[in-house]
Amino acid sequence: MESAAVPQELPPDCGVHELFGYVGIEAVLEQMKVKTMKMGFEFNIMVVGQSGLGKSTMVNTLFKSKVSRKASQPGQEERIPKTVQLQSVTHVIEEKGVKMKLTVTDTPGFGDQINNENCWDPIIKYINEQYERYLREEILITRKRKIPDSRVHGCVYFIPPTGHWLRPLDLEFMRRLSKIVNVVPVIAKADTLTLEEREEFKQRIQRDLKAHAISVYPQEDFDEDPDDRLLNDRIREKIPFAVVGADQEHQVNGKRVLGRKTKWGIIEVENPAHCEFPMLRDLLIRSHLQDLKDITHNVHYESYRVRRLNESNRPAPSSNNGLPGRDEDGDESNL
Amino acid sequence: MLFGFVLEKGSMHRQDLQCYVQICVVGCTWEVFGVWREKCISHENDTNCIFFLAFQGEGCRTVPLSGHVGFDSLPDQLVNKSVNHGFCFNILCVGETGLGKSTLMDTLFNTKFEGDPASHSQPGVQLKSSTYDLQESNVNLKLTIVSTVGFGDQINKEDSYKPIVEFIDAQFEAYLQEELKIKRVLHNYHDTRIHACLYFIAPTGHSLKSLDLVTMKKLDSKVNIIPIIAKSDAISKSELTKFKIKITSELVSNGVQIYQFPTDDESVAEINGTMNAHLPFAVIGSTEEMKIGNKMMKARQYPWGTVQVENEAHCDFVKLREMLIRVNMEDLREQTHTRHYELYRRCKLEEMGFKDTDPDSKPFSLQETYEAKRNEFLGELQKKEEAMRQMFVQRVKEKEAELKEAEKELHEKFDRLKKLHQDEKKKLEDKKKSLDDEVNAFKQRKTAAELLQSQAQQAGGSQTLKRDKERKNSGFL
Repeated sequence: MESAAVPQELPPDCGVHELFGYVGIEAVLEQMKVKTMKMGFEFNIMVVGQSGLGKSTMVNTLFKSKVSRKASQPGQEERIPKTVQLQSVTHVIEEKGVKMKLTVTDTPGFGDQINNENCWDPIIKYINEQYERYLREEILITRKRKIPDSRVHGCVYFIPPTGHWLRPLDLEFMRRLSKIVNVVPVIAKADTLTLEEREEFKQRIQRDLKAHAISVYPQEDFDEDPDDRLLNDRIREKIPFAVVGADQEHQVNGKRVLGRKTKWGIIEVENPAHCEFPMLRDLLIRSHLQDLKDITHNVHYESYRVRRLNESNRPAPSSNNGLPGRDEDGDESNL
Repeated sequence: MLFGFVLEKGSMHRQDLQCYVQICVVGCTWEVFGVWREKCISHENDTNCIFFLAFQGEGCRTVPLSGHVGFDSLPDQLVNKSVNHGFCFNILCVGETGLGKSTLMDTLFNTKFEGDPASHSQPGVQLKSSTYDLQESNVNLKLTIVSTVGFGDQINKEDSYKPIVEFIDAQFEAYLQEELKIKRVLHNYHDTRIHACLYFIAPTGHSLKSLDLVTMKKLDSKVNIIPIIAKSDAISKSELTKFKIKITSELVSNGVQIYQFPTDDESVAEINGTMNAHLPFAVIGSTEEMKIGNKMMKARQYPWGTVQVENEAHCDFVKLREMLIRVNMEDLREQTHTRHYELYRRCKLEEMGFKDTDPDSKPFSLQETYEAKRNEFLGELQKKEEAMRQMFVQRVKEKEAELKEAEKELHEKFDRLKKLHQDEKKKLEDKKKSLDDEVNAFKQRKTAAELLQSQAQQAGGSQTLKRDKERKNSGFL
């Protein structure tokens, strides 16, 4: 039976088939929009950095609501934990009919000890655990209609505003994590740096990252077409963003703005001349949120899956009469 | 779960509210957000403020936003990505030859797809698939149309449905294979699974043919079936209503599940609901345009009048186009993926022996399943190897025995021949000896005769010589 073995494709220079009139195919966009809005979205973000860098405030400012762990556990004493702990808080936020389930994972204790060796291990373990959970759900025979997605879509790394270079801890962490998750580095508490110092700091950081071959989001390898590349190049020039977080409102020129009030002035968080918070917010939420999720799903999750399936295909050497473990590649017997 | 309350300015503060809520919500834990209180106090000019409570049972609270964050652009982001990626849609047209499948496709998509009309003399049912790239405004659609060739033309139609079912399964299988690969490229995969199956019913006006029933029954769990009455300009209006009722009742009584347009989303529930009542659609296809009134319209012209394709009073073509393309295309794709494909996948994997839980209902870990399968596989391999080895050894033995036999025979033959040869030789030597004896005897007689002759010549006359000569001659002869 000769089925789709030889689909009759039009010759390449014919290109697209011509339509004589309006058919209504573009209505599929509207249908898709309605469906996704009904289903709702999920977004999981992780914030990593030393304590006191303003991570919780930043997250609250980003989502304009008290979504960080501090807000959901009022009255708990702030103690630096002995090991890195991960705490996730989930909220549902809604805007103009779009429902989003936002999970913020905080990492108190990161980089706070005297000996910080392997402080990234709990984080890597957590991220891999989420991938594992998704993989298990995906491999089931009877799977759910919508697999709950707890994978970390973006990891915001807070760099302390020293003004010099990246510290070894930062480099190590970003190097390891940029392989398994989208890392967005930001310079925290940037109101301590002047604009020139900021520029210099950024240049040095960019050079450091390049020297160590650390690819942070947006990664160059995943630019899909020249438009994307142009857009992302502009973003890459500004990485890492120098941000200031604030959750209090003040009066400036008759308007209420979010900002930090100091004796020498009010730093407006949403003013692009003061800090780059709007750029970060636009990147993370308004323009690249779906892209973050897609790269997590298509690239990071897939590479995790490849690693995982390969390692469980290789049997223990003693249990097989000396037959070497074969790496089966891409056949049906691979499940 | 959400509650909304409207408070008056400065009316309540937290403690009062707690009491209020506890009274009306019994037995559930609740949380009040800190934000609302600040809002109430700060919005001095507002007469009231609204806040939300959420039950903690779900583990997830809804947090109000105090400003515009901007993720309402998320559906747009998603749609833009899909647009860049392109869509694909696959239609399968099942129906007897000559019912107007190709024409209907041309009419539906307002274009001319290539292809020649099929002949009626096909030996079996074949499926012909063609892929086209369509573009409208900024949407790129990769449309694949699969048509059955020779359906219903054979004398024995028992196996007519089999190629169709096999084709649909093959598409699912290809997708499943890709999904199971270790290194897979799912997001760039050209999805060939059939999203919609248009089943063309011949316009007899009576009822469904048994071929139709059997085929639809086999297909209903594998694909979204949309039955349509083809060439419906052959049926009059009153006959049409009766025909439709008969068809729907036959489908229901035979348990055939055709695709129902979804009615769970409010925006389309109404229109889908009414359309569901009009199934199966009676359609007419035509690519020729006629001038009617002052517009060019697609129509078919008869001596007694002109049938307009896009006139809802004449046929249900517009309804079909609305439902298939403009309203439910995404739903068709989703149903194919989440229902039909999942069912196929589940059956296939269970067939292969995979289970989600072992008899003690503890979930199998990935590792264990692999290990078990792998060990089984290796064990079988070893057994086969052993069997092959045994067979090999046996064969060798047999061959050896054969060869030995042959050798023995050869030796015997050789001996026999040798013996024969010796006998022959002996015989020949005997003969030679006897011949030699004869020759010697003759020589002796000759010398004796010559002696006598010379004696006779000396003593006697010529008569005796003559007589002797005669005698000699006759003695020689």
